[in-house]
Amino acid sequence: MYRYDLTDRTLVRERVAQFRDQTRRFLAGSLSEEEFRHLRLRNGLYIQRHAPMLRVAIPYGLLSSTQLRMLAGIARRYDRGYGHFTTRQNIQYNWPKLETVPDILADLAEVEMHAIQTSGNCIRNITSDHLAGVTLHELEDPRPWCEIIRQWSSFHPEFTYLPRKFKIAVTGAPQDRAASLVHDVGVHIVRGPNGEPGFEILAGGGLGRTPIIGQVVREFLPREHLLTYLEAILRVYNLEGRRDNLTKARIKILVRSLGIEEFTRRVEAEWELLRDQGPRVDEAQIARMRGFFNPPAYLKLPNCEPDLGKETAFRAWYRYNTAAHKVPGYRAVFISLKKPDMPPGDATDAQMELIADLADRHSFGEVRVTHTQNLLLADVEQSKAYELWQALAGAGLATPNIGTLTDMICCPGLDFCSLANAGSIDVAKLINDRFDDYDYLYDLGELEVKMSGCMNACGHHHVGHIGILGVDKGGQEWYQITIGGAAGADASLGTVIGPSVAKADVPETIARLLAVYVDHRQPDERFLDTVRRIGVKPFKERVYAAPAAA
Amino acid sequence: MPRRLLRDGRVVIDDWAYLAETEDAGSAAVRDPVATGLILTFDQWLADKAKWLGTAGRLGVVLSPAHKVEQLAPDLAHLQLIGAEFSGPSEGRGYTQGRLLRERYGWNGELRAVGYVRRDQLFFLARCGFNSFELPDSEIDSAGSAFSTFSAEYQPSNDAGLALKLQRR
Repeated sequence: MYRYDLTDRTLVRERVAQFRDQTRRFLAGSLSEEEFRHLRLRNGLYIQRHAPMLRVAIPYGLLSSTQLRMLAGIARRYDRGYGHFTTRQNIQYNWPKLETVPDILADLAEVEMHAIQTSGNCIRNITSDHLAGVTLHELEDPRPWCEIIRQWSSFHPEFTYLPRKFKIAVTGAPQDRAASLVHDVGVHIVRGPNGEPGFEILAGGGLGRTPIIGQVVREFLPREHLLTYLEAILRVYNLEGRRDNLTKARIKILVRSLGIEEFTRRVEAEWELLRDQGPRVDEAQIARMRGFFNPPAYLKLPNCEPDLGKETAFRAWYRYNTAAHKVPGYRAVFISLKKPDMPPGDATDAQMELIADLADRHSFGEVRVTHTQNLLLADVEQSKAYELWQALAGAGLATPNIGTLTDMICCPGLDFCSLANAGSIDVAKLINDRFDDYDYLYDLGELEVKMSGCMNACGHHHVGHIGILGVDKGGQEWYQITIGGAAGADASLGTVIGPSVAKADVPETIARLLAVYVDHRQPDERFLDTVRRIGVKPFKERVYAAPAAA
Repeated sequence: MPRRLLRDGRVVIDDWAYLAETEDAGSAAVRDPVATGLILTFDQWLADKAKWLGTAGRLGVVLSPAHKVEQLAPDLAHLQLIGAEFSGPSEGRGYTQGRLLRERYGWNGELRAVGYVRRDQLFFLARCGFNSFELPDSEIDSAGSAFSTFSAEYQPSNDAGLALKLQRR
């Protein structure tokens, strides 16, 4: 993984000093609430329902075991013994005290971490494929490019006061596991007409109040021009993006109002003037960055399936919670943070420390955070899978539900977030209580349920096969249900099935949707594909046929 | 009270006055119209360019966030100061205006940040080519240290060396 050099270390330490001074000035009264808000937000610090919330960057979701131990220690020392992993591969602490935040940042700096630009109207953490470097059919490992973009975007003097937040995702494989089509900019590693390396660039995707799928701005960009092209996009957005209305300020609204052709024309015109002035990525830089992501020292192993003869629980876990690896004898192992009695995406300090130890023992000391709010050990020997499973199961980290209904994406909701209209964690609990039969879950197959407590869509409900959106109806928590959304390479936005339902009726509503699916599905057809084939109508009819609370 | 500002890393008394300020009988502009430069809004400048070009003394123009730098580009030779206005703490267009003026249009004169300008913006502003800053008087004496908030940077130096020059003082 990337290791800090003197520049990185210097910048991160100086940022800690800067933030310590800003916090001091705020507490001393020389910065107003409003002035401090603009400063703290660019450093990941929100003021939430109960306490400040600090979001720590995990660049493209990659952690060393040392870093994960530090995250555990921070959870224990400054918070209430847990952290929440997000869809953008970051971690959030919900209970730090404002005056301790500079100390948390200083601790993070010791392990080459920070909270720079994890919130605010600036370029956010760069996200990527959690299977980068280990997945089959990958064109190129996207992480060196993520790191190049991370550095370029950190403290970029021109783009720190954008109209609104700006999220970039980079992928290098045909399967899009980073939801790049619903990012402000998606960067796809592709090959040009003559096999030359470069990128396809998309812009204008996003969720929130106005969900839009990103569109192609450039089909092929030679790789040395990546940063100048991003600068051209950001510059057009910085000058032309709306600043008069917060809900219309994302780049997706600019792209939509100009149309993709006109937006592209402006970006290309700006880029023509910029391409030879701005930073060009040269071969030496690419080679240096790639050097940080060289494959670990894999053993030469036979491909062996370790589940034969083992108990059912292990076999189910192996089937659902591990993924193919490009190196024979290895598997990528998901650590489910979706245990039915835990809020989705949460991990305790003890769990994080155990995972760090297991990473050292079984996966070259590295851990990854997935877009779906789980963790991953990317390089596990198949023959060690059983031993690893036993250790994970003992800590409540082997719930065999990856990719199934209960592997829900879920925002913190009304329990923590000051923006939320409705709870999400308690709805996740209701769903878990209702769907506790694993044979049924496995029979339903691949199913992505995504839940947000408000329009801001941190839980990505628009792109869930089943999406659940919390709405406030006369002071009551209600839930609008969508079906048919998807976040991958075939991204689509879900369709609302009808009037919102009461909290207690959410599980029954889902049960009815699934019953329609089971009635109509063709062999091996996913829920999503059935919805796409037969449309929303049969689902809608069943859900609203009779009182839900039957 | 004469206005103080931070220019090239030093606190100085402003030797420029806005058009509205020249109507104040006690202003420096009225006492010494030749030594005191005249700052116009872009709209004032456009409204009667010939008149302004006919006056003695130095001329400056302040762009509002929505103004395009290219609209002012043909007039640069007549100007000694360009300002970019920051309308509030979330305004960010001026950073692009600054870079464009320095890098694309080769502006070498004074580039001034006006409006909502606070010490925590100075590092970024200087990196975008600004060399003078109208700060609140309460911040002005301590703000100079903000130029050296960071002693390293990830982006290639696009600031015509100004930020670095300021740091060395």
